[in-house]
Amino acid sequence: MDTTHPQVLPEGSPLVRFSGVTKCYGPLTVLDKLDLDIAQNEMVSIIGPSGSGKTTVLRVLMTLEKINDGVIYVDGEPLTHMPKAGGLTFATEKYLHERRSKIGMVFQQFNLFPHMTALQNCVEAPMQVLGLSREDAEERALNLLELVGMGDKKDQHPTRLSGGQQQRVAIARALAMRPKVMLLDEVTSALDPEVIGEVLNVIRSLNSEHNLTMIMVTHQMGFAREISDRVCFFYEGKIAEQGSPEQLFGDPQNERTKQFLHAVLDAN
Amino acid sequence: MEWRWEFAWEILPRMLWATGNTLLAAGVGYTIAVVLGLLLMLGQRTPYRLINMPVRELVEFVRSTPLLVQLFFVFFVAPQFGIKLSAWTAGMLTIGLHFGTYLSEVYRGALEGVPKSQWEACRALNFTTGYTYRRVILPQAFPIALPGMGNYLVGIFKDTPLLATIGVAELMHTANALGAETYRYLEPYTMVGFIFLIISLPTALGLRRLEAAVARAQGNTRH
Ligand SMILES: Nc1ncnc2c1ncn2[C@@H]1O[C@H](COP(=O)(O)OP(=O)(O)OP(=O)(O)O)[C@@H](O)[C@H]1O
Ligand SMILES: [Mg+2]
Repeated sequence: MDTTHPQVLPEGSPLVRFSGVTKCYGPLTVLDKLDLDIAQNEMVSIIGPSGSGKTTVLRVLMTLEKINDGVIYVDGEPLTHMPKAGGLTFATEKYLHERRSKIGMVFQQFNLFPHMTALQNCVEAPMQVLGLSREDAEERALNLLELVGMGDKKDQHPTRLSGGQQQRVAIARALAMRPKVMLLDEVTSALDPEVIGEVLNVIRSLNSEHNLTMIMVTHQMGFAREISDRVCFFYEGKIAEQGSPEQLFGDPQNERTKQFLHAVLDAN
Repeated sequence: MEWRWEFAWEILPRMLWATGNTLLAAGVGYTIAVVLGLLLMLGQRTPYRLINMPVRELVEFVRSTPLLVQLFFVFFVAPQFGIKLSAWTAGMLTIGLHFGTYLSEVYRGALEGVPKSQWEACRALNFTTGYTYRRVILPQAFPIALPGMGNYLVGIFKDTPLLATIGVAELMHTANALGAETYRYLEPYTMVGFIFLIISLPTALGLRRLEAAVARAQGNTRH
């Protein structure tokens, strides 16, 4: 039972709030009392060295992993916990099922369903989870496949698509659930250089035309700088430094940030 | 001793009748094995130690003793403990259990062959566990399980002659009987071998076709 965190956040709170979130794997502390707020329509990039906990932030928000301490709120309500008596207790699977659809995630390796066409991939969840009719779900899916430039490939199975095309379908599949916040974990890392651009263009348009709230883990500093409202630099499970792209890339204050940026920019 | 066609022709009806029994035994045994294998796999996967421990022990035990010994045990030894089964019942249950343990391993391997990332994609889309199994995991596990399931179908078929030892009137039993009646063994046993061959070979071929067709239907192959 946790009584230090409120059962609801006050009106006007950010869309997502990590409040003192700790995640451990055995003796290893991967997220260390993390505090992080994401505002509605904000585009936040997460950068940092390998093993600093970037992926883990997204995975605990997607409820793929349980946290050990702290609370994550979405939409003012606790996500990882649920109200009980005067405090909060860990959420049950049923409670999670009622809230998880607010969050969408795109994986580094796409994780499309190989036995379904692009369209089927995008239709299943809206029908099964949101209860849409097949016609409505297909219309929604087609619109989204058009949006990511995959309308003409709707009947192809993933094995017949290039990595960039698969990733665009995966983005459409996540969008079909109309999540309030989209999580992107190094969505271009598994792609050949020549198709990275097409995926970045999709993300660009989601950001500028559709005003989606997004949290993006990326190693592409140029892209993060161009599109983010805010950039967070992770180091050993904490945010070592955060700020506007101009600030963080142009005038980093933290020694770790400077070292990291030097190393990355030299490598390019 | 030389081959006599008229004798072969004369015993053909009995051989064909016995072939029917062999196919029935293989079919029933396989059906039991397929279902029992599923239950054994589920039993091994439940998080309750009170269930999964004994099931694992049972599977290990059955897998490491010969089918013939198990047949003799169920048919000849079990009656002494008050469990009297007909030859057919004892044979079907024993074959079903024996191959069920093998099939449970096939199923387990097939489930583990579906990448963990598929589970995560389902969770991120907020599928229920039941739906995840039905629509995503099992359809992908099935093509992985298919070759193993096919091998054991042919395997059961080829092991049915063991049922002759407890008196089930299948092909081998009938050939033995014909040999004992007529003192001619060449034709009956040759015919047994030939009948097994002409059933096994096309079955194996058909299974391979089926595997390819399933893979194609699932879009898992590049052309
Ligand atoms: N399932 C797990 N079991 C044990 N340790 C894990 C597990 N998942 C992640 N870790 C560890 O947690 C730490 C943080 O991992 P995480 O994947 O969040 O890093 P990351 O910042 O995304 O790194 P990268 O840039 O390499 O993707 C790493 O040290 C990793 O080895
Ligand atoms: Mg990572």
